[in-house]
Parts: sequence; C-alpha cells; structure tokens
Amino acid sequence: MNWIQAAISGVLLGGLYALYATGLSLSFGVMRLINLAHGDLAVMAAFLSSTLVLSFGGSPFWTILVLMPVGFGVGVLLQKVVFDRLVGVDPAFQIVATFGLSIVIQNALLKVYTADRRALDIGPLKTKAFKIAEVSIGLFPLLRFVVAVLVLVSLSLFLGRTSTGRAFRATSDDPEAARLMGINSRAIYMIASGIAVSTVFLAGIFSGAQTNFASSDGPGLLIFAFEAVIIGGLGSLWGTLAGGIALGLAQTLGAEQFTDWPAQLFGHVLFLIVLAVRPNGLFGRAEA
Amino acid sequence: MALLEIDAVDAFYGDFQALFGLTLAVDEGHAVAVIGANGAGKSTLLKAVAGSVPTRSGCVRFDGTNLADVLSHRRVAAGISLVPEGRRIFNSLSVEENLRVGAFCERPGPWTLPKVYENFPMLERLAKRSAAKLSGGEQQALAIGRALMNNPRLLLLDEVSLGLAPAIVKSLYAVLPNIRQEGTTVLIVEQDVNQALAASDMAYCLLEGKVSLSGRASELSRAAISAAYFGSEVHT
Repeated sequence: MNWIQAAISGVLLGGLYALYATGLSLSFGVMRLINLAHGDLAVMAAFLSSTLVLSFGGSPFWTILVLMPVGFGVGVLLQKVVFDRLVGVDPAFQIVATFGLSIVIQNALLKVYTADRRALDIGPLKTKAFKIAEVSIGLFPLLRFVVAVLVLVSLSLFLGRTSTGRAFRATSDDPEAARLMGINSRAIYMIASGIAVSTVFLAGIFSGAQTNFASSDGPGLLIFAFEAVIIGGLGSLWGTLAGGIALGLAQTLGAEQFTDWPAQLFGHVLFLIVLAVRPNGLFGRAEA
Repeated sequence: MALLEIDAVDAFYGDFQALFGLTLAVDEGHAVAVIGANGAGKSTLLKAVAGSVPTRSGCVRFDGTNLADVLSHRRVAAGISLVPEGRRIFNSLSVEENLRVGAFCERPGPWTLPKVYENFPMLERLAKRSAAKLSGGEQQALAIGRALMNNPRLLLLDEVSLGLAPAIVKSLYAVLPNIRQEGTTVLIVEQDVNQALAASDMAYCLLEGKVSLSGRASELSRAAISAAYFGSEVHT
C-alpha cells in the first residue's frame, strides 16, 4: 500500500513540476528560447504574493488573480527589453543574458526581502486529506494537479483551435514565412513570454504555499522545470505534463525504496537516463 | 497610376548588391513577368516588394504609398502576398491550417477555403493531412492557395515551376486566369521563359540587377529576349 501512496504523491507532485515547466516548454517551442531566470521568476511571484497578503490580508489564492496578469506584463516587458535580442542568434547569448537576468532577480529579491525564508499560509487546506481505501490523498496537492492540467488543456486548446494559436505554430515552424502571412512575429513572441511568465508565477505561488522559499531558490526550481521539459520532449506540451509526472514519480518512488537518500536524486537520475537513452524525450519529435 | 512602382531601387544582401537602380511598374489588373538568369535579381526584387530584403536607395510604392517604413507583415495586411521560393509551407500544420494561416489578416474578398479547394481540388482531399507529407506539386499548390487566402491586390509568384514536372507546372498556371479574373494583379518571376510570357501581359528581363529589356509579352522577339537574358550584344 505504501507504493500506491508514493505513486499517487508522485503524480500529484508532477503536476507542480509540469506547471513550472509549461512556460519553459512554450518559450522553447515558439522561439527556441531558454530562459535561465525562469525559476527566479517563480520565487519572485511567491514573494510578491506574500507581500500582498501581508498588506491586504486574506488567503494567498486571491493574489493569483492579481499576479498572473502582472506576470503576463513582466513577460511582455522582458521580451521587449531582453529576449527579443536573443531570438535567432547564437544560443550562447541566451545563456549569458538570461543567467545574468537570474542573478539580477536573485539579488533584487535578497535586497528587498533579505535572506530569510518565507511561506505562504493557506491555512488548514495545506494539511487536509481524504482517504480512498488506505491511501490518503492531500487536497492541496490534488487541487494543484488539477490546476496544472487545466492550464495545459487551455494552452493546448489555444494553440490548436484559435487563429492566434495557429500563428504561434506557424511562427515556430518558420518565422519569416509567418511574416509573409501578415503575422507579427514580435507580437507573437511577446504573448508567448507573457504566458510563460504568467504560468510560472502561478507555479511559484502554488509552490510557496507548500514549502517555504528564499531569494536564492530559483536555480533549484529551474532544474526541475528543465528536467520535466527534457524528459517529456522539447516543444511538446503534453510531453511536459508527462515529464513532470515522470519526475515526480521518480522522486517519490525512489525515496520509498531508498529511504536514506534525498528524493531529488532519483529525479536527476531519471533525467540523465532519458538524456542518454532517448535524448528527444518521451514525446519529442525525432527531428527536434 | 500603377499599382506597384519600383523606382531606381538598390538592394543588398549584406555587402552584396543584388539590384542596381532597378525601375519597373505594374499596372493594376495586369500580369507582369520578370525573367532572367540565375542571380539576375528576380527573387530579390520580389523580396524587396514583400519587405524581407531592405532597399537602400530608391523607392517602392504600392498604390501610391511609399513602403520604405512599412514592415513586411504590414505589407501583407495592405494586400501584398508573396508565394516564396521553396514554398515555405508550415510543416507542423495540416493543409487546411496552412490555408487558414494565409487568411490571418482577414482581408475581405472572393478567396475563401471552398474557393481555393475549387481551384486546387487535390488540396481538399488532403485537407486534414500534415503539410509535410505533400508532394512538391501539392506543396506549391498549397503555397499559392495560402497566399490567395489573404485576398491580395498584388500576388507575387516566385519560381512556381522550380523542380516540378511540366504537367504539374501547367496545371498550376491553369489557375492564373481565375486569379486574374478577380482583379488580382500578378507579378511572376520565372526561369521558364515560355511559361512566364504566355501567362503575362508585360515582361521585364533582368540582367545583373538591372532591367535589360521590357515590353509587351506578345511583342518581344526571341532574339531580343535571348540577348537581354544572357547579356550578349545584339543588333536588331
């Protein structure tokens, strides 16, 4: 029964990882951009949420309604100021520029919020659970998982069914040909970055409600997001969900078997195995 | 006034100059052919009109408006559609999605999905198929249909015949009268001189980035075309 319990926890944890990875997957899919400051943006969102709660009271959940649009704006701004210069050039520039951005955000957070750890208080919901047979399912992890799936479903409907979504995919295939269809690729990139930061803001708030956070946590979160994207396959949204779940399962099942070892280790091992055996990921396109 | 006026245009790829003071005009409703050898500047001319190659001096005017500061995606909204060399189909989209992307600007006009299918029946059968799986001829039909979905006032065709069997080229050009019937102006770049001349009213021959010959397509002599095409001396 412990194994089933661990598996369910792993799947639910995978929802959070998928939420972290969604923006990374979208940015890479649409403009081949890897933003190394992705995790720091999540931490920033958790701090902003805590500031809002301390100033206006209430539960952190209402801050999502404010911070997701703010995240969209931050994404658009970052695209205009930083990322636009990195699209279509040597990837080395992306690494250097977004790594620099990561350091800037970490130090800004350190300056404003000091090095103390904080947590978002969601009250009794954090520990509420219900039992099916002998397996206990946490209400909050379940909620988080459902939200992650909803985000991925709506994003996938947006890309698959709307005119702007088609323009996203056309731009991803061939930005110059997309411009010949009247598509403003710069506007598409801005929307993509807006959605990417907005979803990682959501992930940051959900994560901050589960575990406490500090200004230097970003790079650690980036690794989970990065691993979920690679395991699932670059540029595939459903792959990203599968990758998140696989990462979560590896951690909880690994920790169940080897109780003395840190859970994260098993996620990293799975990541390395996938990279060695199936470098395109579980659902990646062969040519990607 | 001509729909498209190209006035003493210089265009470059980096440091390489491809067009030298090129001047030509296309009247509304006409089909104009631009012929010339490889590297004569034909494709560059179309790219300069579509906005994917910048011009350094001279002026490109569309319906009287100088296009110098108009970005390429805005030119599409203004009614200029390019069928690019190499087709540039969106491979991860289906045939129908490719056509719908063509209508991104939602310009009103006669060209709709059913009308494109009527003119290119093979596309209707392949509507749900991935565009990457199409043959060269089918991809070229899709590229033309996709451009028509924008309901362009000016359609730029770049090397439609390239790499295709003669029968397929003929079937693609057979649609041109239907396109022109809707009042669309067409600028055709072709290496296949006979095909280009047969399909157009006016013709320009380019040589090393300049116009070496121009006239009514039906009145140009083979000798004059041959001289203008290859740059040899000719006395008529």
